[in-house]
Amino acid sequence: MSFRDLCESRERPIITGEAPAFDAGGLDAFAERVAEMHGVVDAINATDGPAAHAHASNVAIAIALRQLGFEPILQVVCRDKNRIALQSDIVGAALHGIDAVCCLTGDDVTAGDEPEARRVFDLDGPQLVAVASGLAQGRYLSGRVLEPAPPLFVGAVENPAAPPHGHRAERAAKKWGAGARFLQLQICFHADRLASFMNEVEQLGLTREVAVLPTIVLVRSAGALRFMDRQVPGISVPPAIVDAVERAADSPEAAYQLALEQARHALALPGVAGVHLTDFRHDGSVARLAADLGHPIDKESMQHAHRATLAV
Amino acid sequence: VNPVGVIEHAIKGPVFDCRMCGQCVLHDTGMTCPMTCPKTLRNGPCGGVRDDGTCEVDASMKCVWVKAERRSRTLPLLPSWREHFHALRPPLDNRLQGESSWINAVTGRDRITPDGWRLREEG
Repeated sequence: MSFRDLCESRERPIITGEAPAFDAGGLDAFAERVAEMHGVVDAINATDGPAAHAHASNVAIAIALRQLGFEPILQVVCRDKNRIALQSDIVGAALHGIDAVCCLTGDDVTAGDEPEARRVFDLDGPQLVAVASGLAQGRYLSGRVLEPAPPLFVGAVENPAAPPHGHRAERAAKKWGAGARFLQLQICFHADRLASFMNEVEQLGLTREVAVLPTIVLVRSAGALRFMDRQVPGISVPPAIVDAVERAADSPEAAYQLALEQARHALALPGVAGVHLTDFRHDGSVARLAADLGHPIDKESMQHAHRATLAV
Repeated sequence: VNPVGVIEHAIKGPVFDCRMCGQCVLHDTGMTCPMTCPKTLRNGPCGGVRDDGTCEVDASMKCVWVKAERRSRTLPLLPSWREHFHALRPPLDNRLQGESSWINAVTGRDRITPDGWRLREEG
């Protein structure tokens, strides 16, 4: 079943994954990096200059994912390209059968390793959602017609953890109004903030139309949590959580259990359609987490992927 | 240079740090200029706001949109201005940079959006 069908039917909880940032080594090397997600996740995000670093492009990664048998979600950020280039990317990806598009404002250039770059932000996240929705209706922003209209499934991101806390649900609703039909939330280490965000979007009626997927991050150490707290814009990790992982006899296991607990908490909240997994462990934890959550695993697809990886 | 633009900048520059985008939305954003956001977002705040409410790009400044959101609730604004905070503002028309937004408001030039934007809004 496609990601769109799952979002619309809510037949079961959805799990989306994220392609690791990839630079070089060819398609075979890329296939190996994503092999552990075969048969485990419903779709995979192709990121767009994550953390403001240059990597293989979102469109190229999305096409590669599709060739490997995954359903890609094309992430598009506003930091690096103007409205002409953003529309070209979305329409170009649609040419290759990539329909799911996740629109983000994006980290600033100062978050990356080329802080001297020009920042663009010709559009912002909510405007990009509206422009992508317009493309899905068969029109460029200029009004020029696309015939036939690409069958885009447009989504966005919202940060339930960042200030102003009372306003984040309203901002999500703005994206809903602009045409977003799924929301992959940014990583949130504050269970109370996630719960009140979900409560607010429920009350606004957003979750009737929009599939909301909180992000769960898989890391191996307290150091990784501390790094996110200090270096990743919009993410704060309460010291108690860092301490608990640090003091544990088996820190990697404690970090896994933390993610599992966060995923269970998120999935139990009203209106949550699934979870998005960002994996920095690369040790099979995505499959383990999916299994621990009772997610259907396609064993045949997993084995097939394994054979394919061995064959290359 | 248009004399109205000179007067506009002389007033709005010191008070609002106005950047003369030529399509002013101050009244919709709690009298807080969105062009002072380092990302120049018209529909902020972005997801990068720090836990203490400061800006992702420049930690020495309060997030422009955190201020805008608070002021849109607390300043004595017209009720419709208050509600407009939640509206989806269209992409900037970059051709209007440096022009007087007062003149563009009177002529309606600042409300002209690309056809695709207008048609989407009309459904």
